[in-house]
Amino acid sequence: MLRPAAVLDGADLLAMAPHERAAAGLFLGFQYPVEIPGVSMVQFLREALNSQRKSRGEAPLSGGAFLKLAREQAALLKLDAEMLKRPVNVGFSGGEKKRAEMVQMGILDPKLAILDETDSGLDIDALKIVGEGINAIMRKPDKAVLLITHYQRLLDYVKPDYVHVLAGGRIVRSGGPELALELEEQGYEALVA
Amino acid sequence: MTALPTRHDEAFRYADIAALEAAWPVATRTIVVASGDTAAHSLVVADGAVHDIAIILGAGAQASFHVLNAARGYGRVAMRVTLAAGAQFHLGVAQIAGGDQTVEIVSEVVHAEPDTISRQVVRQVLAGNATGNYLGRVVVDRGAIGTDGEQSIRAMLLDRTATANARPELEIYADDVKCAHGCAIGELDAGALFYLASRGIPPAAAKALMLQAFLAEAFVGAEDEDQLTAAALAALEAIV
Repeated sequence: MLRPAAVLDGADLLAMAPHERAAAGLFLGFQYPVEIPGVSMVQFLREALNSQRKSRGEAPLSGGAFLKLAREQAALLKLDAEMLKRPVNVGFSGGEKKRAEMVQMGILDPKLAILDETDSGLDIDALKIVGEGINAIMRKPDKAVLLITHYQRLLDYVKPDYVHVLAGGRIVRSGGPELALELEEQGYEALVA
Repeated sequence: MTALPTRHDEAFRYADIAALEAAWPVATRTIVVASGDTAAHSLVVADGAVHDIAIILGAGAQASFHVLNAARGYGRVAMRVTLAAGAQFHLGVAQIAGGDQTVEIVSEVVHAEPDTISRQVVRQVLAGNATGNYLGRVVVDRGAIGTDGEQSIRAMLLDRTATANARPELEIYADDVKCAHGCAIGELDAGALFYLASRGIPPAAAKALMLQAFLAEAFVGAEDEDQLTAAALAALEAIV
């Protein structure tokens, strides 16, 4: 039996603590982003970015340089930059939370993003914005995205290279983008049965 | 009172009597805010110390008192506040303790006349075997109608071995008054800590970030809010 492993650029992710995985280049997009009263988005993200930079031996980003980066990334996701002054995810609508997750991803600039049902809670316009955001931030030769979803709809904007169907803890089928379309037509039941 | 109190005295129920003995007897510091005047005071208890304070507010006077009780050793701040007609009093307290320390705030706020307002905000962060106490009584005297009194007491325990004692009390002898108290003792939200960690923030820094936000509520409106916050952060670093 194979020993389970999760390796990123030769580094064993399973041997690391969560904050070390982030510094190694892993980003986790939450299905239900957590609200943290009293801590502003700006304060949180600057602390996060500079913690990652520190552990990689890079100099911290100054307040001004960080704000410029944060504003650019917020604009990319069409999120009002004023929202970054608010406490982390507090009072954000479902769509705003997901867009804010993508803004975080843009600021932290990971190598690998695992996005857990990023399309849930999004209306049609927000879905397009988030999809285009994922492409702009992550569609680069040195980056990868593992997108977890139940629906085809986000894949209209984020074209997958591979589609895997996970059922009962195992990958039961793999294919290209056409597999997602086939599933949309026939449902999972036919495949899993 | 000159005899050393015992734990049978309600106001000393959770006190560190051995440490108290070294400081006993304690002289009372009296602060008088004249009618119509405004005053802002703050107190940082950095080394073990016992304070006894009386604050007397004249008619229409306004006073705020902010305390950072992060004593190395036993830190006790006891205060008795009396409000004349129309007076307003705000108390903001942050208590931070680790090791075997005891920190405590004991307050009695007396609404002696009509139309007075008092607000008390107490935030505690306790680690190790530390004990943090709040014994707070709000008294509304007969005839003190239109009183508005509020106590908001919260404690965060960083270790299961730390103790928080909170006893907010209301003693009301008048009708037509508004008094509220709330008290909560809890731990840092594990989900929030994981969220912060997942973005690259190490556990100690994640805790400090959340605790800083929690404690900040105690210093809102203080004239030297920045200095108090910086001192609180330094105290936090020592126990997180």
